[in-house]
Amino acid sequence: MTNPKAQRIAFGETLVELIDQNPRVLVLDGDLANSTRADIVAEQRPDHFFEMGIAEQNMMGVAAGLASVGFIPFISTFAAFSCKRDLDQIRLVVAQPCLHVIVTGGYSGLQTAKTGKTHQAVEDISVFRAMPNMTVVAPADGVEVRAAMYALVNDQHGPAYLRLTRDPYTNIFDENYEFKIGKAVTLREGDDIALIGTGEESIRCLEAAGLLARQGIQANVLHVPTLKPLDEQAIIGAARRTGKVVTAEDHTIIGGLGGAVAEVLGENYPTQMKRIGMRDVYGESAANAPLMEKYGLTPSHIAAAALELLK
Amino acid sequence: MKELTPQRLAELKQIASRVRAHVVISVHKAGGGHIGGPLSCADMLVALYFHILNIDPTRPDWEDRDRFILSKGHSAIGLYSVLAERGYFPVDELMTFDAINSRLQGHPDMTKTPGVDMSSGSLGQGLSPAIGMALGARFLNKSFRTYVILGDGESQEGQIWEAAFVAERYGLDNLTAVLDYNGLQQFGWHQTGQHMLPPIEQPARKWEAFGWNTIEVDGHDMNQFVKAVEQAQKVHGKPTIIIAHTVKGKGVSFMEDQYEWHAKVPSDQDLAAALAELGQTQLAPASLQGA
Repeated sequence: MTNPKAQRIAFGETLVELIDQNPRVLVLDGDLANSTRADIVAEQRPDHFFEMGIAEQNMMGVAAGLASVGFIPFISTFAAFSCKRDLDQIRLVVAQPCLHVIVTGGYSGLQTAKTGKTHQAVEDISVFRAMPNMTVVAPADGVEVRAAMYALVNDQHGPAYLRLTRDPYTNIFDENYEFKIGKAVTLREGDDIALIGTGEESIRCLEAAGLLARQGIQANVLHVPTLKPLDEQAIIGAARRTGKVVTAEDHTIIGGLGGAVAEVLGENYPTQMKRIGMRDVYGESAANAPLMEKYGLTPSHIAAAALELLK
Repeated sequence: MKELTPQRLAELKQIASRVRAHVVISVHKAGGGHIGGPLSCADMLVALYFHILNIDPTRPDWEDRDRFILSKGHSAIGLYSVLAERGYFPVDELMTFDAINSRLQGHPDMTKTPGVDMSSGSLGQGLSPAIGMALGARFLNKSFRTYVILGDGESQEGQIWEAAFVAERYGLDNLTAVLDYNGLQQFGWHQTGQHMLPPIEQPARKWEAFGWNTIEVDGHDMNQFVKAVEQAQKVHGKPTIIIAHTVKGKGVSFMEDQYEWHAKVPSDQDLAAALAELGQTQLAPASLQGA
């Protein structure tokens, strides 16, 4: 396991690689490049970097125009803004026309450097899942960010939303990891209960599985990096194997991963479930650890939900 | 651009009359749709598609074509009528406007209609993709130009001014906007005084303040309009907006300057009267004979 690389660093570095591979890749920034780390492109490949100022609606339209003449623009802004400030723009000129724009949401979830509710996106997955044509991806670590970005540029031609986090956590993948859009990944085998996560929260599911193992419970951990299209077979398979499911996400349980898993299982394989995530509330400003503790997103919370289900 | 000869001008005027007739007939047939707006920008759409734009109707996806965006997307039937006259699809297809499975949607859909370069219809959004196209042309070192028609009503949207700011910052002289300044919007401020306040006041001053080159013309005078576009093509380092003074409902006297005709369906009698005024009774649908 290598030193963990923050997802945003992987984002900036991979953009440079992608530009070198395909000169049609561009970056549009909403005055946050030194936070999202798109500034790595501004510095190293300045011709491919377009500052759009603090004006997200226009930025999204410019991206659509560029995509319509053959470019592949990445949007550099925070998840809180890319899922709300320019939503009608994304729908009209990106999603419905199926243009190859990659909307990124930096600083997603609660962990946004103490900026609080205004900058915490905890509903972005729900919003973009509801939009036809959108691919929605939430990688777990920096390695997966890089792999997902290659896939979003090379393996598809439509719009996508890439959900990123700010701070380094733990690396769970290495360079040999292969990312496939729409495929879930089993991180740990086990028959007693399924822990299904997305984004960085999948790593906490893995940690929760460690806690459960101490009590003799073998958890199956399924990482779902692609929220749409959803790997329904993998989810049904995990439920069939274990009979109990806990979902976990740094996001609202309404319409996010928990909602999506409940929809799939409700229609195909009704299974007892618990959902870890934001429970219909807004966040607040604080350091990462107390936020995750207060809003119930830690490995201990995931393990406790599992034990509750196994009672 | 070729010279606009008096003979060619007369032909374009004939085409514009037919386009207006198609608009009124199509909205009558569909039993819904917008009418005042398409009539106010009809002359400029004809001048663009028949004289100004470097396009090829047999290759709607030709990558070096000039680009056009109808930002005021509710005037879609005006654009479709011009595209049909220009040969992008059969004129008869206009009769499917707004119907189920039609390629001619109530608002422009670039995935459905040949010749539509960008979807639009949620207002205030067309200038931004036009900036993307213009930036793209510059990046690729291509000479195609980008044109966009804005409504005066949608100029109330903040995104228009975000775009105005960014277009100036990038000095996009390969981008030309046209403001269809007909002075009316769907409802507007008509109830507050003796006269209707226009959707936007002193647009030239506002656009100049944003660093744009501005030219004011009569939007129904194709000669003036074409000259303004030629002038815009010669400007270096900044984008141009042509502020086109127009009349909503232009060409059909009882629709002119009446905000109620923003989106009203003509009766059989209205249609007959409109076609007579436009000198296009030969286009009247069979159902109307004897009305």
